Amino acid sequence: MIPPVVEVKGLTKDFKSLRAVDDVSFHLSPGEILGLLGPNGAGKTTIIHMLLGLTTPSRGKITIFNLDLQNHRERILQDVNFSSTYVSMPYSLTVRESLRVFARLYNVKDREEKIANLLKIFEMDDIKDKQVRHLSSGQLTRLNLTKAFINDPKILFLDEPTASLDPDIADKTRSLLKRIKKERQISILYTSHNMMEMEEMSDRIIFLNKGKIIASGKPEEVVKSFEAKNLEDVFLKVTREEKF
Amino acid sequence: MEIFYWPFLDLLLWGFISLYLVQYKKGLPNFVAFFLGALILWDILFRSQQGISVSFLEDVWARNLLNLFASPLRPTEYIVSLMLVSGVKIIIAATVMSLLAWIFYSFNIFLIGILLIPFILNLVIMGWAIGILTTSLILRFGQQAEVLAWGIAFLFQPISAVFYPVSILPSFLQTLARYVPASYVFEGMRSTISANSFPIKELLWSSGLNGIYIFIAFFVFHFVFKIVKKKGLLTRIGE
Repeated sequence: MIPPVVEVKGLTKDFKSLRAVDDVSFHLSPGEILGLLGPNGAGKTTIIHMLLGLTTPSRGKITIFNLDLQNHRERILQDVNFSSTYVSMPYSLTVRESLRVFARLYNVKDREEKIANLLKIFEMDDIKDKQVRHLSSGQLTRLNLTKAFINDPKILFLDEPTASLDPDIADKTRSLLKRIKKERQISILYTSHNMMEMEEMSDRIIFLNKGKIIASGKPEEVVKSFEAKNLEDVFLKVTREEKF
Repeated sequence: MEIFYWPFLDLLLWGFISLYLVQYKKGLPNFVAFFLGALILWDILFRSQQGISVSFLEDVWARNLLNLFASPLRPTEYIVSLMLVSGVKIIIAATVMSLLAWIFYSFNIFLIGILLIPFILNLVIMGWAIGILTTSLILRFGQQAEVLAWGIAFLFQPISAVFYPVSILPSFLQTLARYVPASYVFEGMRSTISANSFPIKELLWSSGLNGIYIFIAFFVFHFVFKIVKKKGLLTRIGE
């Protein structure tokens, strides 16, 4: 059996009296897209932040590439990247300058060539000299995604990566992610509120509610276990019936 | 708080300047050099503090902090990079101010001599220490602490004896001034201008205190960084 690239055991996060993540365990296999879904406040983003070492867990263990995250954070993050709709880049820099900064942070070799290539892939070539402050929210999201590929990551954490993209670019982004995943055996942990997207993208999903895993497996298995029509139906059952 | 902070500091500063002028009304030595030199040097301290805390705030406002700390960048490397950027900004600002002082008032700060350079370095380090401590407070307390980035350096101005000697201050403030590296710098500057001597004692005091303060600042930043990660505040700053 191929060892997982990410292994999470008993992950718990308390914010004062609120338990945001409650004894969560899962793994991410090489070349797999794992979807984290659940309503607002389910703990998806907190889990991603803990996996990036941005938030310290209250309990539990995170192992990435067979290394303990707490003790090998910098080494691990060299081969990991992330993108979120909720983060941005320095306003006064241009698209290309921003990418140069991150290329240096990740110690990327052949920086200019790499950046030029990514700008083409993400259709950002025409705005490469535009300042970040003048980008639309869709362009910003694409810039973040471009940044996420700057170091040829082995693992990508994507927090609602297509949230502010128009349907055309969102579709292209999904196709691109699937293609890159296939070509490079990249592992992706993915959160989204778009249930159709989750069904389309994920090899496996984890359904979270109030910090706990309430279901996991292949999307069709989860749909079946809830006796639902699709993931959206599962989502509505969880949020409206509040049984879980 | 703001209603009291600035009037209080203004009153202290201008009150002590007035006392100084009254004491030396019959001939303040090198008046222009004292004041313009002090103003340029104070600006160096202020810019070096701002170079740290305002640059950090720019990353917060740009929502760039998570991108940075999700990379292999270490917190110490981040602070050192802010120090380097601040160094560049200081050189630009000090050059512009020195040029303007020369054009408008025929004041050439370089006449004071290269003896001033070690003192200038001490001002920069003190500014960095204040900037790192301010950044730690902003990290921990968020938006409500942002105002410190603009005003905290001025809290040290009256006891730094920028425009008057430490001896003008009341005794309890003189005691406080002994723990402020900038007070030795400005005393040193005045002694260099008036006696053209190198005040080695002041330089040693200033450097020693700065060594301690910059160490404390880095320690506090690391400590606070751990706390904000534990409390989940790093990911929420700027929201």
